[in-house]
Amino acid sequence: MDNAAVPVSGAGMLLGIRKVSVLIPGIIVFAVAFGAAASAKGMSLIEAMLMSALVYGGVSQLVAMELWRPEWSWGAIIGLAVVTATVNARMILQGASLQPWFAPYSKTLNAWHLFFFTDANWLIGTRYHAEGGRDLGVLIGAGLVLWAVWILFTGLGHLLGALVSDPRAYGIDLVMPIFFAAMIVPLWRGRRAAVPWVVAGIVALVTAKLVDGYAFIIVGSLSGALVGALADDAA
Amino acid sequence: MTLPDPSAWGPILTILAMAIATYLCRISGVVLMGFIPLTPHVRRGLAALPGSIIAATVLPLIERLGLAAAVALLAAVGSMVLRRSELLALLVGMGVIAGLRALGF
Repeated sequence: MDNAAVPVSGAGMLLGIRKVSVLIPGIIVFAVAFGAAASAKGMSLIEAMLMSALVYGGVSQLVAMELWRPEWSWGAIIGLAVVTATVNARMILQGASLQPWFAPYSKTLNAWHLFFFTDANWLIGTRYHAEGGRDLGVLIGAGLVLWAVWILFTGLGHLLGALVSDPRAYGIDLVMPIFFAAMIVPLWRGRRAAVPWVVAGIVALVTAKLVDGYAFIIVGSLSGALVGALADDAA
Repeated sequence: MTLPDPSAWGPILTILAMAIATYLCRISGVVLMGFIPLTPHVRRGLAALPGSIIAATVLPLIERLGLAAAVALLAAVGSMVLRRSELLALLVGMGVIAGLRALGF
């Protein structure tokens, strides 16, 4: 059990920044691609950067660009908020997976740092926590730096605009899947521990075939967690 | 009930609505787990969760993006096994997908 909160240290934040630096080139191309898409959809520079600053969720922002429109009704606004919530619903599970680490810290601190909680620092935090690390500064440092980079390069992408007219050609749609797939290697704990992952993958594949949208992430992940929870009963 | 027309503030209101939806996703899992006791079952379920999230996210995306994406991801994982560098894995993966797409796959 992690009973006492390890103090958030400057050294921890620096460690988080160092750990996240290897992911930054990927985040930069992703941010530039979003900025360019936003400019193509008629968003102003300020609006694009504001979205990156407040939403700070790359995949959901790119999906929003597919649905962006010149005129907004209340229905359309709520509709996009619901789509955003389904795309980002994986964050619910990502947060849950690290909750035992966050629990000893104050509610105020958790409410603040979770604003900067995103795929990349979840990956870093998960790896750090699995290796026994407990300084929340690692997660915070990584999240803050990524946030600044994300906003800055959204702006640059918006200004460059047409230069990255076809982000697919450079494989930008694969940045997030590559980071996720690469994380399997440090998370590997042998075949037995990988059984829930296989179940999660298969259930997600089937769900993706049957249901539109991003429900497959939630259904698949929960199936994997359930298998993991029950796995040792047979042994 | 009459709400004022959102049109002038449409983009800003939409961004705010997206931001609120995303923040709720960020905190709700953590808040929810605060009410669930950490029994051995829950602990094992949480331990299986990160890899499950990754598998459940990536496999359907590969299925949607096609064979070239699958080859690129395998190359990225392979480089990760050999070198343990996320940056190298990214370069390998993007290099492979850009190359395959340039060749028309």
